[in-house]
Amino acid sequence: MGTQLGGKASDLMGQVQGSQAWTSIFRPGSIFRKGYTDSPRNRSYVIMNSVLYHLHPVKVKRHGVRVSYTLCLGGLSFFLFILLTVTGIFLMFFYRPTAAQAWDDIYILQTEVAFGLLVRNIHRWGAHLMVLTVFLHMARVFYHGAYKPPREFNWVIGVILLTLTLLLSFTGYLLPWDQLALWAVTVGTNMMGFTPVFGDQVRFVLLSGVEIGTDTLLRWYVLHVLMLPFVLIIFLAVHFWRVRKDGGISGPL
Amino acid sequence: MTEVPEHLLRRAKEARERMEGSGESAEAPAAADSGPPPAEPTAAEPTAGEGEKIPAHLLDRSRSAEEQAAMAPAAPGGPVAAAPPSLPTGPGGHTQRLLTVVKSGSIQDVKAMPQDRVHVWPHLLLGEFVASLFITAFLLIFSVFVNAPLLELANVNETPNPSKAPWYFLGLQELLTMFHPMVAGVTIPGIALFLLILAPYIDRNKENAPEKRKFAVSLMTVHLMFWAVLVMIGSFFRGPGFNFIFPWQDGLFFDF
Repeated sequence: MGTQLGGKASDLMGQVQGSQAWTSIFRPGSIFRKGYTDSPRNRSYVIMNSVLYHLHPVKVKRHGVRVSYTLCLGGLSFFLFILLTVTGIFLMFFYRPTAAQAWDDIYILQTEVAFGLLVRNIHRWGAHLMVLTVFLHMARVFYHGAYKPPREFNWVIGVILLTLTLLLSFTGYLLPWDQLALWAVTVGTNMMGFTPVFGDQVRFVLLSGVEIGTDTLLRWYVLHVLMLPFVLIIFLAVHFWRVRKDGGISGPL
Repeated sequence: MTEVPEHLLRRAKEARERMEGSGESAEAPAAADSGPPPAEPTAAEPTAGEGEKIPAHLLDRSRSAEEQAAMAPAAPGGPVAAAPPSLPTGPGGHTQRLLTVVKSGSIQDVKAMPQDRVHVWPHLLLGEFVASLFITAFLLIFSVFVNAPLLELANVNETPNPSKAPWYFLGLQELLTMFHPMVAGVTIPGIALFLLILAPYIDRNKENAPEKRKFAVSLMTVHLMFWAVLVMIGSFFRGPGFNFIFPWQDGLFFDF
């Protein structure tokens, strides 16, 4: 009985894997075409014949996979960025960036939307954590001397990514439109207003006016959910591409 | 110093187990499997007792040469004419044999040494997956128990005391208490950022190991600690009026 069922199942699997739909989804060489058995060849195929090949090579230096070398910090920063994008999209469904509605929307999100409070918490703590992991990633790269030739320019991109991360966090800070948001941003933008020569203009562009108001909220919302992530993704792509082109991870020490 | 790739190690282990499992009778087939080196088959021949170092066919050859030499006096002037009766071939009809193995490094200029590499799947991907699971679990649990702050509605006319920037800018706000705003808010962070970007072009030392670049490591540590200490003072040691306080005496004035 059991073997009969098993035979039927394997027959069915064979039919599915032979179907046009299946073979059109998984390209020749994909491990999903015939099923995976552990062999060096299939281990290569997992990467080589999947979209992951855009991110990872087939093989990396042995010391590079040790957790104690990278502490996973770069990867975790990227993962947190994905997590923040997912939770951020959820929050966008319930939020309108005007001074009259923003705070109420957050309040209703927390009290009436299913998992609203939890998702907002994850978004906020994840954002703080991402600032931390990006910062620690930079420190790790510095202490390993990984910014040295041929990786100088990737370090420059990394510093830009750190700045973008701070800006993303800062623009998000205003959006709840509570006392904390308003005054933290007031303090922050006042500092930028002291830019020499064109300080007032910088402040005016940032605030979309002479003081923080509903226009500022819209401007920072667009920066936060669209423009800065867009720029960050482009720099991320170049960052990852350069990691591989510059010979993979640095070291061993 | 490179390690043996693990799939080779595994294969060797499996072969060893197979050999042990099937007893001595399996020895010959196992040896045949693994592609025997040229001198191997002779070991099975009866001359094994004479010492394994001399291949049997060479012993045969020297024996026949001795016989020739014994016959030689019977046919004077023979040595030239009596060339070896047969070509000196090995047991399999080979006319060549392996004399020595020359390692590539000694006669070739090896530009790139092969590096010890491992497959991204499973070694790297599994680690990344586990790390992302851990961070997700951590964030989820933390978020269940700690709520993000939502203070009362923003009010332009009511300035909270103290007003603090986000924590990562609190180092700058701390500098504001010491310097003119243009120095604290623009010049110092600007120079810090600029130097950070230029670090790879300033640092000409080619070494990677921390013990060979003590100056760079110390400088960076001082730099990072500078900001870390300022951020901590700004976060926990500043109270109403941004005056210095001790958090264990006056409480926390800090929202995340």
